[in-house]
Amino acid sequence: MNSLFDFWWQHAPVLSVLLPFFTAVLLLAVGDAGGMAAQGGAHDVGRLRWSRRLAMASVVLGLIMAGAMVWKASLGELMVYRLGDWPAPFGIVLVIDRLSGLMVLLTYLVAVPVAWYATGGWDARGRYFHALFQFQLMGLCGAFLTGDMFNLFVFFEILLIASYVLLLHGQGKERFRMGVHYVVLNLSASALFLIGLAMLYSVTGTLNMTDMAVRVAQLSGDSALLAKAAALVLLVVFGLKAALVPLYFWLPGTYAAASAPVAALFAIMTKVGVYSIIRTHWVIFGADAGEASLAAADWLLPLALTTSVLGVLGALAARSMNRMVAYLTVSSVGTIMAGVGMFTPDTLSAALYYALHSTIVVAGLFLLIELLAAQRGDAGDALKPAQAVREPILLGLMMLFGAASAAGLPPLPGFIGKLMILQSSHGLVAQPWVWAVVLLVGFLSMVGLARAGAILFWHVQPAPSSYDASGGSSLKLMSATWACMAMTLALAVVASPVKQYTDDAAAQLTDRAAYQRAVLGDLGNSTRPYTGER
Amino acid sequence: MISMEALMALGLGVVTATGVYLLLRGRTFPVVLGLTLIGYAVNVFIFLMGRLWSNANAILIDDGVVADPLPQALVLTAIVIGFATTGFVIELALRSRHENGSDHVDGHLTDNSKADV
Repeated sequence: MNSLFDFWWQHAPVLSVLLPFFTAVLLLAVGDAGGMAAQGGAHDVGRLRWSRRLAMASVVLGLIMAGAMVWKASLGELMVYRLGDWPAPFGIVLVIDRLSGLMVLLTYLVAVPVAWYATGGWDARGRYFHALFQFQLMGLCGAFLTGDMFNLFVFFEILLIASYVLLLHGQGKERFRMGVHYVVLNLSASALFLIGLAMLYSVTGTLNMTDMAVRVAQLSGDSALLAKAAALVLLVVFGLKAALVPLYFWLPGTYAAASAPVAALFAIMTKVGVYSIIRTHWVIFGADAGEASLAAADWLLPLALTTSVLGVLGALAARSMNRMVAYLTVSSVGTIMAGVGMFTPDTLSAALYYALHSTIVVAGLFLLIELLAAQRGDAGDALKPAQAVREPILLGLMMLFGAASAAGLPPLPGFIGKLMILQSSHGLVAQPWVWAVVLLVGFLSMVGLARAGAILFWHVQPAPSSYDASGGSSLKLMSATWACMAMTLALAVVASPVKQYTDDAAAQLTDRAAYQRAVLGDLGNSTRPYTGER
Repeated sequence: MISMEALMALGLGVVTATGVYLLLRGRTFPVVLGLTLIGYAVNVFIFLMGRLWSNANAILIDDGVVADPLPQALVLTAIVIGFATTGFVIELALRSRHENGSDHVDGHLTDNSKADV
């Protein structure tokens, strides 16, 4: 057992990428269970059952692996995996540090209930749901674990291509319409990503993130300006993924059009953008990056605060629950980025805690909305009076937890996260702005969510006579949604150890020397600075 | 004499500008063409970021001058990914046209875009 664990840890980063990959390949081999099973062939029902078992086994195993990874990372060791044993910076490396371990764990914390929810019927309404889901997980894990900028681009593409198809899952006019927008926007962003990456490569001559951090610090004059320009190009790209102002307009429509489990999984997608901004602008262009240091500092905080305000205004104006939660996602990204944009370890730690909470709660809310909409007859998720839901207590409690946490009421983690952000901004120049915006946004979210809750649960109309009032949500859907809400509550209970962990994660990111030792080893200074000369 | 760098930069600028113009059109077909053109421009841009070399070996031979091989590898990856995504976006545009009955990117013709046909 012990030797098995050692073997796993030795290959942990690559196994986290390979597990969803091989599961996806197996699921493809099992065959398309979805589209056919709805028509009721016994053979296809068997296929569907097997693909569900396979997918669930894989995400649970992935969750266990991610948990073990976080446990190992919490000890402070940097795990560097050299693919093909090529020495860094020449080969591709995968790195587990506290931040990447945490993000992989968060991915699986969302993925397990969402996959479980999807087995309740959504996976039969289209083709290859579980295989695409696994490809998406592969892209997410890879993006979080890689220590190489170009490899980050490749994993971005993998997770995007899977997300393009997942977005269309279930089909329908609206999904295709939003799908075209989403795909075209992301392809343009990928082109910009390559441009930024190529510019960075042209001045540093490396793609390894750690090596790049070393090289950027050595730049001066024109090269430093070019590097700064590249950093801002990358900020546009990651800002689009994270849905920062003015690049968030795609998000509400897209998320509202997606099927419930897909929208819930997409809650983690904006965090890929946040994560990449931390890696690029926090670490590579961090405080000690020489002339190009803090390239994004002037932009990030104002953009983040504006995003937060505009997001919550959108939520107030939304006429359907799906759109409202999508706008709350935008708003929460703004709050997270405010923590990142203040560029101190304390604020980053607070932002990470808030990111954990907001991802899980948003995923839970997307699932909950579908349960609610299914019981409201023709009104669906529209915010207008309709017949009463059949399970007002179970669903109403979840709505209360989710809404109170999203708005930031004590004792839920949304409150703790916001408090951490407020506290950590103490003494900074931006403090009044951050306090004003975070508190205002909290208040407005509460108003919006209270209004939505009142309409959904209290403002009821008599049901039409043909309406069958018996039967509720299936146990599967209900348990998956409760799992998300329970995790939110648990996050409040374990707030102290989690905060300790995020504190350590933020401190670890500032320790550049440790990364150089771990990733580059003795090779660190043996390659000459890249000038493009012969 | 105009330098090779200036010539390449000018060409890239023209291709990118054309791509951006097409990307902003209302129909899906020009949008796909625009994406493709931008993809080409980006690929050449990556290539140029390894600097322009003349009379240099593509691979390491003895101790002669060697062109930077890494951008070539990156371009290869970018081409493969770009090819796949273009294929996907064409298929998606066709399906969207089929579902919505219009190949306008918004799924329907608006008053502003009717003149654009």
